[in-house]
Amino acid sequence: MTTMTVGAAINAGLRKAMEDDDKVLVMGEDVGVLGGVFRVTDGLQKDFAEGRVVDTPLAESGIVGTAIGLALRGYRPVCEIQFDGFVYPAFDQIVSQLAKMRARSGGRLALPVVIRIPVGGGIGAVEHHSESNEAYFAHTAGLRVVSCSNPDDAFHMIQQAINSDDPVIFYEPKRRYWEKGEVLTSPTRGLHDAAVLRSGTDCTLVAHGPTVKTALAAAAAAEEDGFSVGVVDLRSISPLDTETLRNEATSSGRVVIVHEASTFVSIGSEIAASISESCFYDLQAPVLRVGAYNMPYPPASVEDDFLPDVDRVLAAVDRSLSY
Amino acid sequence: MTAPTRLDAYVDGPRADSEGRPMFQLIAPDGTLTNAGEQLGVSVELAQELYSDMVLARRLDQEALSLQRQGELSLWLMSWGQEAAQVGSIRALRPSDMVFPSYREHAAALCRGISPADLMRQWKGSSHSGWDPKGPRFHIYSLVLGTQTLHATGYASGAVMERTDEVVATYFGDGAASQGDVNEAFNWAAAGSLPVLFFCQNNQWAISTPTTIQMRTPLHVRAAGFGLDAYHVDGNDVMAVHAVTTLATERIRDGGGPALIEAQTYRFGGHSSSDDPKRYRSDDEVAGWELRDPLRRMETFLRGANAGDEFFDALAQEADTFAATVREQCKGLAGADLGDLFDRVYVDAHPVLDEERLAHAHHLTTLGSEN
Repeated sequence: MTTMTVGAAINAGLRKAMEDDDKVLVMGEDVGVLGGVFRVTDGLQKDFAEGRVVDTPLAESGIVGTAIGLALRGYRPVCEIQFDGFVYPAFDQIVSQLAKMRARSGGRLALPVVIRIPVGGGIGAVEHHSESNEAYFAHTAGLRVVSCSNPDDAFHMIQQAINSDDPVIFYEPKRRYWEKGEVLTSPTRGLHDAAVLRSGTDCTLVAHGPTVKTALAAAAAAEEDGFSVGVVDLRSISPLDTETLRNEATSSGRVVIVHEASTFVSIGSEIAASISESCFYDLQAPVLRVGAYNMPYPPASVEDDFLPDVDRVLAAVDRSLSY
Repeated sequence: MTAPTRLDAYVDGPRADSEGRPMFQLIAPDGTLTNAGEQLGVSVELAQELYSDMVLARRLDQEALSLQRQGELSLWLMSWGQEAAQVGSIRALRPSDMVFPSYREHAAALCRGISPADLMRQWKGSSHSGWDPKGPRFHIYSLVLGTQTLHATGYASGAVMERTDEVVATYFGDGAASQGDVNEAFNWAAAGSLPVLFFCQNNQWAISTPTTIQMRTPLHVRAAGFGLDAYHVDGNDVMAVHAVTTLATERIRDGGGPALIEAQTYRFGGHSSSDDPKRYRSDDEVAGWELRDPLRRMETFLRGANAGDEFFDALAQEADTFAATVREQCKGLAGADLGDLFDRVYVDAHPVLDEERLAHAHHLTTLGSEN
């Protein structure tokens, strides 16, 4: 067991994956000499053979498109998209090429490509650097989409994602890169299992990535007021661990979903629909969503009001309890 | 001596030539050797082989188009008119060189041993692709324009890491040359000095959009600006295409970096069996290109080179047999089974699809019990 930050844990996970399998490559903008703008790939280029950590041209479609070509000859490329809002030039290569190629080939081809994306706001960034676009990719058949929230998951999930023979979109909670936590030597759960971080009998909060910490803080505050509020860290957005969600929804009867993305047509919408379909008679209140408003990410000076915080989560818990 | 005082004397930079270079030709449209052909010589044996490939490819198009008109295929995209560009280039590659085609490369695909059935099943609505790329070293078709050029580029970067001497070839058209992916691929391959052969069949038309609307600078000039070795060839002269591709691939194999070949050719049919080219191009234009038909040119050349009736008769018979095979294979193609497709989306188990597979199967059972 070691203590490290989320960023360092991903770095260590990448290093371990590269040591375990020489077909694992790291590629992206500024990932080599610089070590990435968030230093997540720091030192990898120096420590591994030439060609395994590649500074690419500044062309996102090219990053994903060439990664597909590499995967077709047996490599396991890990692409970094520098910021969430820069992934769209690669959208076709991700959703029409990477995601569909296995199905298009009649199941003959496998595309073990990981696309790492630092996601979300809260760091005072300029526009296009704070987005939460997981719903686009979760909506695309052929992709797997995961989101880590802490160092232990960061370390193990990046390795599990690299080991996946299917393409994985790997979201990294940008504003949590510098938070420390314990990292265990072995993974405690599979890549697509949700984690029940605390059980609650009155209400269950469901979060992923950066909002897990927010949800935990809200649950702690609710406890001080005498309410038992649980927290589920989704970890996997596609596929969803519907079994864990059903179990928690059934036991507490109330669910509030918390994410940074706009709530309109969001992962929260899918979870709300799924829980309503499967747990209708066990629910004490409609499933509620707390997320961003349906507008482009605002200027940083107002992002604290835009992002779901503890107060907005608690207000939703109050609404849920009032039914 | 006084310095110039006009601003443009200081700031005028280079602009790529918009005229381009002359096309390389070995055999003129009338079947006679050009000066280059006289000087370099042309192998009659190779000419016979390439001509045979072209005849069979054209026969596939004719049969497949008829099958589409009869309702056996839902769509067909002809390579009719582009046989020389495809056959001349693919035959100059080694069989071990990986190819990333667009969606009209039937003539090239046949040369790699892909069966008519495998070429047609995609257009019958039986599947989204027809073959396992590993055997023929020929990737499945890409329908989103130009995307395959990046796949080829990435594949080639693997070849560099493994220090092989392979060439990775990718086919695309003049329309696709306007796509960002193609230009990213040019730049990426050039920056990394990767062993990619970009082969553009400039067939003059992107559905109804002529090349004059697509670009100001000829593609081979543009490619040179990216740092590619660029060649301009008569794409309806199969011997010239073969010779240029041989030269380009030798240089690539020697570590010379990527190259582009722009082959001037013509799409005799519509964009697809659904297209009506009479709406956007003149009969005169088509008639002009018919004089440059790649097959007629080679037949004239071969007859002049004393390839006898025996050769042509045997080939005609082979083409008839092949045509019968095409019809038979098309009619033997089965449709897809939706139930099978659930297993082909992901490698590893996926709970959402597992649930939906069961729901679909259950739905079918319910329908059965109601009947």
